[in-house]
Amino acid sequence: MQNFHRFVIWSLLLGFAAMFLGPLYVMVVTSLKDMNEIRSGGLLALPDNPSLGAWAKAWSSACTGTDCGGLKPFFMNSTLMVVPAVLVSSALGAINGYIISKWRFRGSEVIFGLMLFGVFMPMQVVLLPMSQVLGWLGISSSIWGLVLVHVLAGIPSTTLFFRNYYVGLPDELIKAAMLDGAGFWRIFWRIVLPLSTPILVVTLIWQFTNIWNDFLYGVVFSGGDSKPVTVGLNNLANTSSVVKEYNVDMAAAMIAALPTLAIYVIAGKYFVRGLTAGAVKG
Amino acid sequence: MSSPATPRPNQPWLPKLVLAPSFLLSFLFIYGLIAWNGYLSLSASRLLPNYEFVGVEQYVNLFDSERWWVALTNLGIFGTLFIGCGMALGLFLAILLDQKIRAEGALRTIYLYPMALSFIVTGTAWKWILNPGLGIENVVRQWGFENFTFDWLINPERAIYTVVIAGVWQSSGFVMALFLAGLRGIDDSIIKAAQVDGASLPRIYWRIIIPSLRPVFFSTLLVLAHIAIKSFDLVIALTNGGPGFATDVPATFMYSMAFSRGQIGLGAASATVMLATIAAIVVPYLYSELRTKR
Repeated sequence: MQNFHRFVIWSLLLGFAAMFLGPLYVMVVTSLKDMNEIRSGGLLALPDNPSLGAWAKAWSSACTGTDCGGLKPFFMNSTLMVVPAVLVSSALGAINGYIISKWRFRGSEVIFGLMLFGVFMPMQVVLLPMSQVLGWLGISSSIWGLVLVHVLAGIPSTTLFFRNYYVGLPDELIKAAMLDGAGFWRIFWRIVLPLSTPILVVTLIWQFTNIWNDFLYGVVFSGGDSKPVTVGLNNLANTSSVVKEYNVDMAAAMIAALPTLAIYVIAGKYFVRGLTAGAVKG
Repeated sequence: MSSPATPRPNQPWLPKLVLAPSFLLSFLFIYGLIAWNGYLSLSASRLLPNYEFVGVEQYVNLFDSERWWVALTNLGIFGTLFIGCGMALGLFLAILLDQKIRAEGALRTIYLYPMALSFIVTGTAWKWILNPGLGIENVVRQWGFENFTFDWLINPERAIYTVVIAGVWQSSGFVMALFLAGLRGIDDSIIKAAQVDGASLPRIYWRIIIPSLRPVFFSTLLVLAHIAIKSFDLVIALTNGGPGFATDVPATFMYSMAFSRGQIGLGAASATVMLATIAAIVVPYLYSELRTKR
C-alpha cells in the first residue's frame, strides 16, 4: 500500500516534470534541425544531423521586419540597457529602504504605502504620458529613455525589497554606531551595506530578470536601433516571410532566454526568494 | 517591528533630503502620470494628444465598442481559468512535493524555470508547439490517431484557451513555490495529532492544512490576478491578438488603440479602466497589510 502510494506520487511528479520540460526540449531540438527535417519529422524527434546553423542565422542574419542583421544588435541593446538600469534602481532602492526602515520620520510609512502601489500599477497607464515626457527630454527611442523608464518603474519594488530586509536588522546596531559618532552615510557604508549581500543579490537578480524580459516598454519606447532583444525576437518570429523558419525562431527564442536561464540555474535560490518577496509583502 | 525609539540623527534633515529626489520622481511617475493619463482619457485626443476636454465621451465610445467587450470577455475567460488552473495545479504540485520526496530540489527547479523566461519567449515556443500541422496535432497523428485535430491557435472561438495553456504552464511553478513555503510553515504537531486521531491524509489536507493556508491563497490570488490583467506580451507573442481580434485583452486593446490606430483618448480610457480594476483588488490588500504591520 505504502509502495503503491509512492509509485503514484512519483509518476505524477515525473509526469509533470516532463510537461514542464517539454517545451524547452522542443525548442532545443527544433533549433538543431533543418527545415526539411522539421517538415517531415515529428516535433519530439531528436535531430538526425544536429547543426548550429539556425543558431548562427538567428544571431547574425535572420530578418526582423525589413532588416536582416539577426538578434545580435538587439541583444547588445538589451545588455547596454539592463546594466545601468539594474545598478541604478538597486542602489536607489537600497538607500530608500535604509531610510524608510532605520530613519523613520513622521509620514514615512504613509509615503512608503503610497509608493507600494507603484509595484502593482498597470504600466499601460504610464505609456502615453511617458512617451511625451521622453520626447521632451529628447531621449525617446533611445536606450537612455528605456533605462530611465526601467529605473523609475523599478524603484518601488527595489525600495520594498530593501525596506523589508532592513526592518529585520536590529536598530541597536544603528544606535551603537551613532554613540560611536558615526553619521548617516558612514552607518550605511560601514554597517548596513556589508550586511546586505543576500538582499542585494535578490534585488539584482529580480531587476535583471524583469528588465531583460520586458517587452511592453521596449516596444513602446524604443526606436530603430534601440530595440531590446524581446522586441527583436517578436519581430523575428512574426516576420511574414515566404518560408517560415521554425528552427531559426526557436534558436532566437533560446538566445533571448539564455541570460535569465543562466541566472536561474546559477542562483535559483535567490531568484525564488525574489519571486516570493515580490508576492508576499512584509 | 517598530522599536519605541528610532535613532535620532544629529542632522535630522539629511535622511529626508536623500530620500526626496527618488521619491519625488517615483511619485511623479506613478501619480503624476496616472493623473495625466486620466486627463487624456477625458480629452478629444486621437492621433495626437489634444487637451480639449470632452468629458466621458471616450468612455462611452469605449463601452460601445464591440472590440472592447471582446477584450473584457477574454480577460474574464483568461483570468478565471489562468487563476483557477494555476492555483489548483500549483497547490497540487506543492502537496506532492511535500510528501518527503528525495529529489525535491531538482523537481522544484524544473517546475519553476519557466518563470525565468520572458512571456515573449514562452509565447514563441508555444506558438510552435500548438501550430496545427506541425506541432502537437502532428505528433498525436503520428502516434496513430489519424483524425486528431488541435487547431485552437487559429480558431477564433478557442484561441484564448491556448493563452491559458501557455500562461498556466509558465506560472504554476511559481504558485507551487508559494504554497510549498506556506506548507513548510505549518506546525507539524497539528498534523501528528490528527494522524493519531485516525484521519486520512487527504482528509488532513482538506480539513486542516489547506484552510490554514488562507493567507497564501490571498497573496497568490492577488499576484495571479495582477499578472492576468497586465498580460500583454504572452498574447502578442502567441496570437498577436488574433485571429482578427479574437484574443484581444484590455492590455493589447490599449496598445493597438494608443499606438497603431490613432485613438489616444480611447487608449487612455481603457488604461484607466485597467487601473481601476487593479486598484480595486490591490488597495484593500495594501491597506490591510500596512495596518497589521503596526
